[in-house]
Amino acid sequence: MLLVPCPNCGPRNSADLRYGGESHARPDPATATPQQWRGYLYLRDNPAGWLRETWYCRSGCRRWFTLERNTATNEFRTPPMPGDKRGGKA
Amino acid sequence: MTMSRLGPQPTEVLDRSTKLRFRWNGKRFDGFEGDTIASALAAAGEHVFSRSMKYHRPRGILTADYWDPNLMVQVGDDPNVRAGNRLLEAGMDVRAQNVWPSLHRDIKAANSLFGRFLTAGFYYKTFMRPAWLWPTYERVLATFAPGGKIDLDTPHRYHDKRYTHPDVVVAGAGPAGIEAALAAAAAGARVLLVEHEHAVGGHLRYSSSDSDQAVLAELRAALDASEVEVLTNSTVTGRYEDNWLGIVQRNHPIAVERLIKARAKVLVAAPGLIERPYVFSGNDRPGVITSGAARRLINLWGVKPGERAVVFTANSEGDAAAADLDRVGVEIAAIIDGREGKRVSSAQGSSRALGAVVAGGNRIEADLLVVAAGWTAPTSLLNMAGDRPVHDPATARFFPSDPPGNVLATGGLAGDGTLDELRAHGAATGRLAAQRAAAVAHRLQAMTARARPVDGDEPAWAPDERTPLGRDPHPELYRSDTHGMVDFSEDVGSKDLVAAAHEGYDSVELAKRYTTSTMGPSQGKLETVNTVAAIAEARGETIAQVGTTVWRPPYAPLTLGALAGRVFEPVRVSSIHPWHEANGVSTIIAGQWMRPDHYGDPAAEVRNVRTNVGLIDVTPLGKLDLRGPDIPKLLNLLYTNKWSKLPVGKVRYGMMCAEDGVVLDDGVTGRLGEDHYLMTTTSSGAGGVWEWVENWLQTERPDWKVHVTPVTTAYVSINVAGPKARELVGRVTEGVDLSPDAFPYMEVRLATVAGVDGCFMWRIGFTGELSFEIHAPSGHGLHVWEALMDAGQDLGVGPFGLEGQRIMRLEKGHFIVGQDTDGLTLGPSTGLSPLIKLDKDDFAGMPELAWAADRSLPMIVAIQPDDPNVVPDEASQIVRGNTNEILGRITSARMSPTLGRSICLGQVEPELAAGGTKVTVLLTSGERVSATVMDHHAHFDPAGERLRG
Repeated sequence: MLLVPCPNCGPRNSADLRYGGESHARPDPATATPQQWRGYLYLRDNPAGWLRETWYCRSGCRRWFTLERNTATNEFRTPPMPGDKRGGKA
Repeated sequence: MTMSRLGPQPTEVLDRSTKLRFRWNGKRFDGFEGDTIASALAAAGEHVFSRSMKYHRPRGILTADYWDPNLMVQVGDDPNVRAGNRLLEAGMDVRAQNVWPSLHRDIKAANSLFGRFLTAGFYYKTFMRPAWLWPTYERVLATFAPGGKIDLDTPHRYHDKRYTHPDVVVAGAGPAGIEAALAAAAAGARVLLVEHEHAVGGHLRYSSSDSDQAVLAELRAALDASEVEVLTNSTVTGRYEDNWLGIVQRNHPIAVERLIKARAKVLVAAPGLIERPYVFSGNDRPGVITSGAARRLINLWGVKPGERAVVFTANSEGDAAAADLDRVGVEIAAIIDGREGKRVSSAQGSSRALGAVVAGGNRIEADLLVVAAGWTAPTSLLNMAGDRPVHDPATARFFPSDPPGNVLATGGLAGDGTLDELRAHGAATGRLAAQRAAAVAHRLQAMTARARPVDGDEPAWAPDERTPLGRDPHPELYRSDTHGMVDFSEDVGSKDLVAAAHEGYDSVELAKRYTTSTMGPSQGKLETVNTVAAIAEARGETIAQVGTTVWRPPYAPLTLGALAGRVFEPVRVSSIHPWHEANGVSTIIAGQWMRPDHYGDPAAEVRNVRTNVGLIDVTPLGKLDLRGPDIPKLLNLLYTNKWSKLPVGKVRYGMMCAEDGVVLDDGVTGRLGEDHYLMTTTSSGAGGVWEWVENWLQTERPDWKVHVTPVTTAYVSINVAGPKARELVGRVTEGVDLSPDAFPYMEVRLATVAGVDGCFMWRIGFTGELSFEIHAPSGHGLHVWEALMDAGQDLGVGPFGLEGQRIMRLEKGHFIVGQDTDGLTLGPSTGLSPLIKLDKDDFAGMPELAWAADRSLPMIVAIQPDDPNVVPDEASQIVRGNTNEILGRITSARMSPTLGRSICLGQVEPELAAGGTKVTVLLTSGERVSATVMDHHAHFDPAGERLRG
């Protein structure tokens, strides 16, 4: 089981968190084409390597946060900032 | 082969003063404290312990340890007990498995006469067709399946779980593993040392050398004096991401088995080596044993393994076995030295005993053949860490290639050497493990410095500067000049593997599955290398070219009980629960909650609500307390309808959809104050909706000022429903005018109920009756409930449960998310299109719902079977006429006590959605019945006059 570094709670078993998946920007619903919207819903880059992804610390601090993980080695990096799923304000 | 108990041996683990009486196949036997089941039986002269899986060949001791494939027995109601490992206890009822009618007269042994029909892929080839015969095949084959008998009346026994976070876990307590544990602990690490056998010491335990015994005593004393936690008769069964380890402990004082989940910073793999059988004709006869088995029998349990032995040895352990045999008076008929190129060709004899060994063309009479043909490196834990071990032909075994830095190997897995060299390597490994564990700890802390400040710089990742162990040359001995057994558990011979390779199953992963070699209880411990070697030979390639199968967890089996373990998941009950229990409740588990399902007669509960008044405990209803100026924006975003103009004191129903337009949840939300709302969710959606709300607020709209507090368990929720609800609630409520004009439908009030301040009360109606839903502070819930019950005696008040509520909501045609909807049900399919406001700027799922508005979708409709007494099973299909074309399904069905007929909700294709449409319901019995789609969802009171009253 992965050990996920929660910025607030420290290292936690991945089962203590909800995996939010690959970070992806939400298109403007007023102008999104079906292709764009379904890309947002279903299409992921799924790289073998560094991936920006979101986690929710459901059993701890209840914060969503972003991490970078190397999908080939499961190494995490960058001290995460909460709330910056798309680089937004914390 | 006749075994017998020797006089006391200096290294034995027996307490000869404690005799243990037990039964073996109904007969009485005696053993000593310290015996395994197998050693006690061997000492008593037994030499057939089981019948092989396919051919029912008699089988005796092979390795005399946990991995021995021939020593699986039934102990009482406990099947598949490993008699080479399980310690003898007084009164044990031990029986042979997979035999009929008895171990010695086994009728299925006739299988061996037809052996050529049971070759590789026999089952695949024979039982594939015709498919309709498969149930018959299955029934017959099941009686041939090996393994013990499951007793369905076995009493529930306690299993346990433990979580631990050591710095270093050392798997294997041989001399190298012990030294690693001691060195790591001396360097300040918290160490857990896990030993598969009943005592630490590894191969030193069954060495008759005085110097080995002195070292063992020294190591044990050092362990006792150290801080190392030692687990014996326990196995590291799996290594997962970030050194998450599964450990099964078989000798827990209370639990049958305990599963330990350990998060180690560094894992040291020191499992030693497993002795490999040699493949030749008759190599599975009773009387053919490994050198380790001979030494264990003699030195641990004082058992003389035979009278006249042939020793086939290719290494020092085999030589030591010959010396041990000689020392205890076993006549050595011949020593065949594998290092000189000599081979054993065949073991012959009667069905139960060895008679002679053929080697180099000579026939040598013997009742014991001891084989020391080399080693299998149990690289499992390294495999699980991603390593791909490489084969070294010069030593005839696999070595680690490049495991990750937090997994270190030592001992036999890492190489050969003198005892001093192995100990030194172990100690160096322990020091390295402690250094790296400190670095891992620092790194984890540094990554989460906001949680705990970290001091100093990260320690450097210690380089691996251990002096490598040497590698002793060893002849490559896999198969002799004859064919024999490769997988003893699965009865797969080298001939089968050659045949498989010739049939095209020449990849080792394919051949394994085709022949089932390595797939039995031994799981490759004894047979992997010989399997690979047989395929390599058939392909004319080297083992390195063929490669090996991947070892996967678990390394050793563990019971399902251990996996299930102790359940930590709490069951939630409301504070009213004691009342329910005292009043004949029948409960139902719903998610984490234990809820009242009914109190004996749900139909009567329904009738009472429809005529008098009833109370239901709906505490699990999800409740989120919302505060802040931006709540209307949030509600507009989460719900499909509009929330900007909800006045204080009003509640509104809303439906939530996910971003793909699928119905996510529904419920009512009320405005309690200017910037204060209470949102309710479905009971099952309480947790998920909260995460959903937090996701929007934290990631998409972090600038919005809304604070969310889950208050599901802070309030007890009681729905008072029925024509007399106002009368009842009025008797216990202060400070609120309950008259219809002052407190109409879909409004909320703050009230004092039964003297309890701070209760919220709103008028809604899932049951379709006049209802007041009271949310009272949790600690006062039971009091409020009892006050209502007391106050309403003359009104005929009674409780109703979830079942009664489900009937009434179905009478009213209210859908339940997850029951009447599924993962494909788009918002408009619920029939609530008027609540989907596509003219809003934005809300979750809006684009999909906008596109869906132009399409015809499956619809949720009310359905009544034409025969009012037919209640279709939920999930019954709606089909086209007499065809099997599926046009929908019944999602909810009940007998309505109010209407005296069956009523349903269902999802149907758009063409069937219009009121009055006749549909065909295919019952689970296969019968087809006609039914009618209704004009309204509500079967009862479609105008909703009762609830507005």
